[in-house]
Amino acid sequence: MIRSLPKSKGYDISFIIYMVLFYTFLFAPLVVTCVLAFNDSEFPTLPWNGFSLDWFFSNTNDRVGIFNDSSNLTSIWISIKTAFFVSIFSLTLGTMGAFLFEQENFKFKQGFYFLALTPLVIPGVILGISLLLSTNTAGTYMENTFGIDVEFFRPSFWLVVIGQFAFISTFVLLVVSARLKKFDKSLEEAALNLGATRFEVIRLITLPYLKPALIGAGAVAFLMSFENFNTTLFLIGSDTTLPINLYLQVRDGSTPIINAISFLLIVSTSLMAIINLIFTKKEQ
Amino acid sequence: MNKHTKFGFYIFFIPVFLWLFLLIVLPHIELLFMSLKYENDMGEMVWSLQNYKEFFSEEIYWLTFLRVALYAILVTFLTFVVTFPIAFYITKVVSPKYKGFLIILLLMPFWVSELVRVYGWMILLRESGVINYFLVSLHILDKPIEMLYNDVSMIMGLVYTSMLFMVVPLISSLDGMDDSYIEAAHDLGASKFIIFFKIVIPYTAPGIVSGSIVVFMLTLGNYLTPNLMGGKNSLWFTEQIYNQFIASFNWNQGAAFGFLLLLLSSLIIWIGLKLTKQNLAKALS
Amino acid sequence: MNHSLEIKELKKSFQDFKAVDGVDFYVEEGKFFSILGPSGCGKTTLLRMIAGFLEPTSGSIKIRGDEMIGISPNKRPVNLVFQNLALFPMMDVGENIAFGLKRQNCSKSEIEEKVKNILEKVHLGGYERKNVSDLSGGQKQRVAIARSLVLEPSILLLDEPLGALDLKLREQMKIELKKLQHEFGTTFIYITHDQSEALVMSDKVAVMNNGKFEQIDTPENLYANPKTSFVASFVGETNIFEARLNEDRKSVLTKEGMNFKVFLVDEKIQTFCKLFIRPEAVVLLVDDGMEDMNYFDLTIKTILFDGSNTKVLANVDKSDHEIMVSLPQNRRFAHIKEGEVVRAGVHVSDCKCYE
Ligand SMILES: Nc1ncnc2c1ncn2[C@@H]1O[C@H](COP(=O)(O)OP(=O)(O)OP(=O)(O)O)[C@@H](O)[C@H]1O
Ligand SMILES: [Mg+2]
Repeated sequence: MIRSLPKSKGYDISFIIYMVLFYTFLFAPLVVTCVLAFNDSEFPTLPWNGFSLDWFFSNTNDRVGIFNDSSNLTSIWISIKTAFFVSIFSLTLGTMGAFLFEQENFKFKQGFYFLALTPLVIPGVILGISLLLSTNTAGTYMENTFGIDVEFFRPSFWLVVIGQFAFISTFVLLVVSARLKKFDKSLEEAALNLGATRFEVIRLITLPYLKPALIGAGAVAFLMSFENFNTTLFLIGSDTTLPINLYLQVRDGSTPIINAISFLLIVSTSLMAIINLIFTKKEQ
Repeated sequence: MNKHTKFGFYIFFIPVFLWLFLLIVLPHIELLFMSLKYENDMGEMVWSLQNYKEFFSEEIYWLTFLRVALYAILVTFLTFVVTFPIAFYITKVVSPKYKGFLIILLLMPFWVSELVRVYGWMILLRESGVINYFLVSLHILDKPIEMLYNDVSMIMGLVYTSMLFMVVPLISSLDGMDDSYIEAAHDLGASKFIIFFKIVIPYTAPGIVSGSIVVFMLTLGNYLTPNLMGGKNSLWFTEQIYNQFIASFNWNQGAAFGFLLLLLSSLIIWIGLKLTKQNLAKALS
Repeated sequence: MNHSLEIKELKKSFQDFKAVDGVDFYVEEGKFFSILGPSGCGKTTLLRMIAGFLEPTSGSIKIRGDEMIGISPNKRPVNLVFQNLALFPMMDVGENIAFGLKRQNCSKSEIEEKVKNILEKVHLGGYERKNVSDLSGGQKQRVAIARSLVLEPSILLLDEPLGALDLKLREQMKIELKKLQHEFGTTFIYITHDQSEALVMSDKVAVMNNGKFEQIDTPENLYANPKTSFVASFVGETNIFEARLNEDRKSVLTKEGMNFKVFLVDEKIQTFCKLFIRPEAVVLLVDDGMEDMNYFDLTIKTILFDGSNTKVLANVDKSDHEIMVSLPQNRRFAHIKEGEVVRAGVHVSDCKCYE
């Protein structure tokens, strides 16, 4: 049954077969997507017509590679910008939240904590429409009463950032809290005792201790923002993010340029994952 | 020292409070209010339950709602069934040498955007897709068949998308379970079946619950997978909401739908927690 | 005259629970002062109040004559060596020691100089760039102490710093610590529940129980003349008899029916009392007939061999009451075997009676 107990051959073999099937199931769509990015064909399918980098570099009338496709490049840039701001904001707030819930005591703490976790169980679509509705109301109110038009009350880049920030902060909070829980408070006290101010304690002791968690949470926040679809869908203005842009293309018939983009995404996220992994390994 | 603590407290508390109040609580109250407003014949906005009446009187709405709820439960269950052997194998059976590698391999695909994964399945399954190509070239099929755009492909897609959120808590709770429990049960003469249902499952219950909650919630709220992989008549409830908002521009009706979806997900999660005697904060962290 | 530390009527309550319940003492400049007490008696609480991490409920703490109440921990001229050391894992040895100096805005060259010197003094010369986690237990200990001493505090507070070490290392560090204290001449306030640590190192020891000091004295006095029954039983090994005082107030009748001539520590005793006799006070194979001795027969039950610390467990006279008696390892007693009956005696001044 487990390593230390006698196992039958059949038990072992059926497990191995299942594992192979599972991992095939897991990787098939990604592998096929990547491979077809290099097929010399107008459609993302077989037969294999030979290796080609057209869908990356070409710039002819019938084949525009990703590096020459301004619409997709723009949306990638917008997604990066969004993810950048979202990770900065949610990292800041999530860390504050972690300090608040781990180190402070106050009335209704349990209630606030519960509330802080709810974004995990609120479907992204709902969060999207709620924010759309309330910012719309707020925007209308501002316009009617003060005659000012506040940009981020309308679907726009900043509204997307706010919407993603609203739930990604919770993930940061959980990751940072988990590490803060293991923090030995006597380190802070030792620093105070050696003459550090409260601010120096946080800067020199607590934050360096949290560094791996902050890096990890930052990476997760960046990826979640970069890939977010559900919440973004309702808040987006004219600045289309990559997932939305891809979705529109996939829905309306697809060309291998999507494979090319997917390939780049797969490679870069895998790289990021590996770097993150090495970081956490080293810290341990 | 006391003054410092107070000051520090507010530095942390105020931003967190603003976040929760302005971005979580207030918008959902607004959602509720909007769902209770209805434009009457005179073109005025009035308080009314009309949006909810609409939901119950139109069969297509509540049928979709019901179907989505049932499918989400089915997907959660299937995800558990598919991933449990993997988690068990990785934590308890395979030689520890390969454990780390298998876990990394397992997590890798989920770092990639859901859209890319769904797209991968589309080019595999569709009529002109890769699988059909192989089946036809191997003469197993005479002509390609459409394997995409039906409930089966959609459910498979949903399971695929959700697996990570099940397998991670499963692995961590199985990891925390000492092998000696299983050894002891074995020593006392329990069969595999008994060990599984009396020892392993109860021990990993917290992991199963937290995995299930997240999977259920994500499936219920999913838009991409049902939209791209499901057929014309496997409409997902989020698509209904989207239609109300973007296509019909009937925001009040959409708000009512949204609120119902929120109620449903909260209700089912609450029941799940009650049945397994867990609490939300514990299940999620 | 200014004492290094002077504490008056210090109290600390957690809700209704009095963790420190009115403590008074002073420590002279440059002394090694220990606070000895069982687990949970309030030692850490007292120390944290001195360091400034806890606010006292009432009372006063003066360091070199300056009142410390209301001054934040980073402003007090005391440094604390934590029970778990609390070395910063994200810094190397040198950075750990330099931490406090940097806070005082010392110049770079000065910091380097001081770190180097202090490391040499704790026998860790050249360890600046070592990782904290690569050090052995004893080395970590010395880094933690160096980190505090480099700031030249008025007082160094140590909270059971040897608790985490194994026995052998602990013996070694005891001597080392004492030496360090001599060298630096800093006032040490040392907390422990291990009496041998306190007795070996200290100039003075305070015995603490239930939030109060029972006795403050030199180690010799503490052992030889404990003022209360708690001190008598907590410091060193001892045999205890339940007894009642005879009319003459010079002897007692124990529960087992033996008569002992005794020395009354507590003049207030009415009838019931406790008689304490140290294992080494009992003399084996004595000659009868001395005026100020108590005599009795011992039936040897077990010999607990432990080198120079060997003891026997024996029954007194015909009773079941077992006492512990030291058995010096010399030829005179070599023939004593289990089951034998031996004549023994104990001097009156060694039979101490407490409430
Ligand atoms: N923050 C607190 N709230 C309530 N009670 C406390 C608190 N801190 C300490 N106590 C109680 O005060 C008493 C004394 O604690 P303290 O830590 O001073 O003991 P100690 O003598 O250092 O023990 P040890 O030798 O085990 O370290 C204990 O009974 C403890 O439970
Ligand atoms: Mg203590």
